[in-house]
Amino acid sequence: MSSPNEKIEFVKKPFPSKILNIGMICFVLGAVLIIAGYFVDHTRAAFSNLIILMVLISVGLGSLFFIGIEYIAGAVWSTVFRRVPEFLGGVLLIVPLIAIPVFLNSHGLYHWTHEEAVQSDEILLNKSSYLNLNFFLIRLIFYFILWIGFYLFLTKNSKKQDKTNDAKLSKINIKISAIMMLFYAITITFAAVDLLMSLEPHWFSTIIGVYYFAGTLLAGLSVATFFIVYFNENGYLIKGIVSDHYYSLGAFLFAFTNFWAYIAFSQFLLIWYANLPEETFWYLHRWEGSWIYFSIALIIIRFVIPYFYLLSQPSKMNPKKLLFASVWIFFAHIVDIFWLAMPTLNKNNVPLGWIELSIPLLLVGLIIIVLYFRYKSSNLVPIGDPKLKRSIDFRL
Amino acid sequence: MNEKIIFAYTALFDKPDDIIKAAKSTEEAGYTKYDVNTPYPVHGLFSAMKLPPSKLGYVALVVGLSAAIGILLTMYWIAAIDYPINIGGKPFFSFPALVPIIFEVTVLSASIATVLALLFYFFKFPNNSYPLHDTNYMKAVSSDKYGLCILADDPKFSIKDVEDFITSLSPIHKEIIYFDEEELKVKPNILEPKFVTFLIVIGIFISGITYFTLNKLMYMEPFTWMMIQTKPIPQEESKIFADGYSMRVPIKGTISRGHMPYLFYGKPEEASVKMQNPLAFSKVNLELGKNKYNIYCSPCHGNFGEGDSRLRGQFPNPPSLHSAKVSNWSDGRIYHVIMEGQNVMPSYASQLNINERWAVVLYVRALQRSLNAKESDLK
Repeated sequence: MSSPNEKIEFVKKPFPSKILNIGMICFVLGAVLIIAGYFVDHTRAAFSNLIILMVLISVGLGSLFFIGIEYIAGAVWSTVFRRVPEFLGGVLLIVPLIAIPVFLNSHGLYHWTHEEAVQSDEILLNKSSYLNLNFFLIRLIFYFILWIGFYLFLTKNSKKQDKTNDAKLSKINIKISAIMMLFYAITITFAAVDLLMSLEPHWFSTIIGVYYFAGTLLAGLSVATFFIVYFNENGYLIKGIVSDHYYSLGAFLFAFTNFWAYIAFSQFLLIWYANLPEETFWYLHRWEGSWIYFSIALIIIRFVIPYFYLLSQPSKMNPKKLLFASVWIFFAHIVDIFWLAMPTLNKNNVPLGWIELSIPLLLVGLIIIVLYFRYKSSNLVPIGDPKLKRSIDFRL
Repeated sequence: MNEKIIFAYTALFDKPDDIIKAAKSTEEAGYTKYDVNTPYPVHGLFSAMKLPPSKLGYVALVVGLSAAIGILLTMYWIAAIDYPINIGGKPFFSFPALVPIIFEVTVLSASIATVLALLFYFFKFPNNSYPLHDTNYMKAVSSDKYGLCILADDPKFSIKDVEDFITSLSPIHKEIIYFDEEELKVKPNILEPKFVTFLIVIGIFISGITYFTLNKLMYMEPFTWMMIQTKPIPQEESKIFADGYSMRVPIKGTISRGHMPYLFYGKPEEASVKMQNPLAFSKVNLELGKNKYNIYCSPCHGNFGEGDSRLRGQFPNPPSLHSAKVSNWSDGRIYHVIMEGQNVMPSYASQLNINERWAVVLYVRALQRSLNAKESDLK
């Protein structure tokens, strides 16, 4: 085996213009739709905005987790394409921007912001020391600062390593990642509670944070997988990424598809078994009207299809199949967040119209544009990472 | 030497790359019965040897699926047909409750079947002899060398050709392995007395320990955790009393403290005339009545006594408490229904004590008045 400090040559190609064009078109269309939506029905547009926010946070935090877990575990297989999740984590930088309209429209989104409703409701009154707008804003700012701070720390060190080849920077990043994981677990739980669970302020589920985390990982992983496979198949990445790397990505997606199903079913089973009216109404809303079809579709889209699709070994190794699976899982995550948030807006029918069309369009657009700017600002392969040689040589 | 039967021609290599190259050329040379032994899984051997994917996955799939369907049907039969128990008003056959059981049974059966298939089908247990055992070749490949062996029952096998072929691969060592004559005589048999005896001994040992633990150990001090005591347990046989019952009837003419015998069982008319509500219309009594009513009565009678049950039709709805019939009943008559039950309604005597029953009667009166308020009530 050659020495780890041996310099590996890599020439970066310009960002694929096909992807950038798709991103720009999606972004413009999505932005027009949601702005028009704000003029037509601002509550409904705010719900779409909230879903966009939650999925963006998912992509950012999922990528952040991917980077962090690689450092902590000393994983080798993912180092060669670690820059892709590092770029994707950049969506955290625009998350506060997306959160501003959500916060400004919180009156339409969150029942607990209505003073008079809180005063006449004993349960909400008791929760009001936590669920009030000032504290809500403080918490959001706190999460954003932490996430962006950790993201910038990790990527700055990683980028510096390209020039200095300094192995110490990896060690620093391992320590930062370990500290990050603690804050990560707490903030993602509280963010899920604040932004999603408090849509129904009477409802509570102690597992909602884990539920959101399971989806988050899938979202981050699926987007990263898509771009890794796309870049590699079109020769943007360094030579040497083979089906073994693909298999690991596919297995990761497969594992967390199961993890999501496990968590989602645990949440359902406990509430179903206990049968307490203060908990069951949340599921009943999703089991009435046309929501019942949506709920059944969610199980099939989010679990059954990806499970059987990724079950066999060849489908994890075949780049085309993996591309399809990652796109599917990413859109399944949008469906999942839609299912979590939208029944609060309309309990009887699934609100699907042109305003909701802005959700996938704007998401795809924003992710590609962020990826484009991050791509421009640094190298696509962590050329100075001491694990890079081993990563290219990685075999199962 | 020549009297011995050849099992295989083996070659040792020093590097993983060499063994992959060797495996490739062996495959290309057209040998079908050959094997590669390495100290750890070497990547690329599967494709070099052109091995088909393992069939073990199908064992897991078939057994797992049949176990899942089997346990689903079994649980259906138990929960809905043979022994239906109402659990929290849920349907007898509730799929969500069975999901964890189906999952566990599927995983357990599939993994056990995989292990058994490995042992008995792929490893041909109880055959535990293999000509490569106890050879220098095996010692080398289980520490740091990479071995290739071409079996003698390969259709293309002939000592001369194989020797030339292996020499062309330039191994660091080559060796012919012969069958062990002792081992050739022994035919593996699953019903071999030694093996069967071994199974029987293990079976007796495990069941003996289980029997001892469950039937003897659990009743020894200190494992009983004070479960066995000198005081009589309900329905236990008594050695003191002549009739043999541990549960005793009160002595004639006495009642237990706080207990008030009810004299009007089966006599609603008498109850309605002879009893009067001893409680006053006070806030304390009404609060008590409301509390108990909401706990015990409201599930069927509804929060306001209108007979709008919360049980979603799992139990027949009772008539309204605001009918002329109930409104005209005396307090004692309502008390009688609580004591004795009526139609589908069971007796609530054991849930409510005497004070609470009268408080509930008070609260029912208050409900009736609130829904049929007269003008005079407003003054």
